[in-house]
Amino acid sequence: MSKYQVNQKGYYGPFGGAYIPEMLYPNVEELQKKYLSIIQEDNFQKEFNELLRDYVGRPSPLYYAKRLSKKYNANIFLKREDLNHTGAHKINNTIGQILLAERLGKKRIIAETGAGQHGVATATVCALKGLECVVYMGEIDIRRQAPNVARMKMMGAKVVAAQSGSKTLKDATNEALRDWINNPVDTHYIIGSVVGPHPYPDLVATFQSIISEETKKQLFEKTGNSLPDYVLACVGGGSNAAGMFYHFLDDEEVQLIAVEAAGHGVNSGESAATTALGNEGILHGSRSLLMQTKDGQVIEPYSISAGLDYPGIGPQHAWLFKSGRGKYVSVTDDEAMRAGLQLTQLEGIIPAIESSHALAHLEKMQVDKNTNIVVCLSGRGDKDLDNYMKYFGF
Amino acid sequence: MKDSSRLLSIYYTAGYPQLHSTLNIAQKLEQAGVDFLEIGFPYSDPVADGPVIQRSSEKALQNGMTLDVLFKDLKKLREHVSIPVFLMGYFNPVLQYGVENFCKACKEVGVNGAIIPDLPLYEYEELYQKIFEENEIANIFLVTPQTSEERIRKIDELSNSFIYLLSSNATTGKNLNVNDESEKYFKRIKKMDLKNPIIIGFGISNAETFDKATQYAQGAIVGTAFVRMLDESDYENKIDNFIKNIKRGN
Ligand SMILES: Cc1ncc(COP(=O)(O)O)c(C=O)c1O
Repeated sequence: MSKYQVNQKGYYGPFGGAYIPEMLYPNVEELQKKYLSIIQEDNFQKEFNELLRDYVGRPSPLYYAKRLSKKYNANIFLKREDLNHTGAHKINNTIGQILLAERLGKKRIIAETGAGQHGVATATVCALKGLECVVYMGEIDIRRQAPNVARMKMMGAKVVAAQSGSKTLKDATNEALRDWINNPVDTHYIIGSVVGPHPYPDLVATFQSIISEETKKQLFEKTGNSLPDYVLACVGGGSNAAGMFYHFLDDEEVQLIAVEAAGHGVNSGESAATTALGNEGILHGSRSLLMQTKDGQVIEPYSISAGLDYPGIGPQHAWLFKSGRGKYVSVTDDEAMRAGLQLTQLEGIIPAIESSHALAHLEKMQVDKNTNIVVCLSGRGDKDLDNYMKYFGF
Repeated sequence: MKDSSRLLSIYYTAGYPQLHSTLNIAQKLEQAGVDFLEIGFPYSDPVADGPVIQRSSEKALQNGMTLDVLFKDLKKLREHVSIPVFLMGYFNPVLQYGVENFCKACKEVGVNGAIIPDLPLYEYEELYQKIFEENEIANIFLVTPQTSEERIRKIDELSNSFIYLLSSNATTGKNLNVNDESEKYFKRIKKMDLKNPIIIGFGISNAETFDKATQYAQGAIVGTAFVRMLDESDYENKIDNFIKNIKRGN
């Protein structure tokens, strides 16, 4: 097993574990004991792969972005997760987890959501399978991601506003965990990123690993080499990055770059740049890096991007950061918004503001014309049109 | 722990309603006949708590409550209050304070034990048991209706004060619905004849639920109902009555 993957005890180096109250223990233990064997079953694999192909539309293209490449004098490839059904990478995970939930005999699905992409992806698979769906979403995010709220409702999900704390993703996650405590038998919690107690970080990364699996093949077809020089992805909790990095982890010559949201600037007091601002702590059931006060109270993060507005990162990312395998950088709201507009005008692709963060880092890289770079375009910008319009005054 | 049945414990959040109200409330509770105290230290993300205790934690943090402030208050408290005191809270503030510093401070101010719901059994055994034991701080584990018999036996073995039996699998503040199922569960645990006393908590809010719980356990803990009462303006004068009402079956 790779030293960057989870070990038998649920840890990545010193990070991970399952720091959960006893009330969640039976559910989490059931997952720990069964997830690997269920995922490996033939009939699981068959249904998973069929749905990814026929329902999600995979493989997602690896697109050589010619004009963007010219602009930065490098070969830039975009992994087009934005073309997936529902518009982001999130659906890879929800398809996997709904199949798992079915096989665990669960009747009711809960989820948290930030940008609403994971909520939509969860509502979608619940509609697909005819299961009850409740999505927790911060009150502030409900306002800034209205189209996604409408989509969830149309698909029959109940959207519940999280009113506590910062009223964003962290608080939506708290509410989902509380729901799970109160519904211990029939409910499965579909976590939307590589966070939460073991086995969630590994479970979600496994379902997202299709991103790098395809990328390797596609890059080989295009360049004769399956390994790029750089792989870039944005990090909220870190699921698109985990999927994008997965099959490159042991190819140490590939540089993995994770881009966090700096909000108004790393030192502005309004930021979500966890590796820059955080230290070791426990949130939502795992030991990882966390933005917190010296008294161990979680600091409310800020980013223009609802999907990156989270004060922690998954434990695998904490380990990649600490071990030096990954490079963790951040870009501000302004840098991300400009990069989003630039991609739109150079390539005719409107990226999600989350993905714009990954794109914005291109500006800061030292490269030459032979450098191959893959950027995970984690989602499309339809949900963000309002924000883009307001920001640029269109 | 006093060797008795019908032990009553009260949970309340340190720093709520006022930053330094902890001591005053403790004195009133002791005078009213409460057997031991469970004092919560606040955390920004209390996932096991319902809205009432969430709000009290939020307010306590706004008031400036920290573990440092709490330990100073507890030092004073021990000069006036002699019933056992347990601290209850989430693991992250303890981790930042330092587990060893936390246990030492507990010992120094005369805290008897800690209830940290999100510190798992495995991590406790592996990393922290020794530190707790060296400082003679009891670690209290939770048991729920879903906890397996094997795990309960293990918890009983690792415990040396009491076992915190949740009345149902729920966050705090959901009233216990006494029915066949909960009675069956309480009976099942009682029959296990564990070496540690059983104290039932979560959902115990009045004389009826207290009486029911203490039929099967040595005591019970009231939290949300008491914290809700602390909202009221003249709560100090109501504490005595609140406790008498719960214990009235005595
Ligand atoms: C398009 C898109 N990208 C990225 C993210 C961030 O999540 P993660 O870091 O788990 O990939 C989100 C989250 O909502 C998203 O919608």
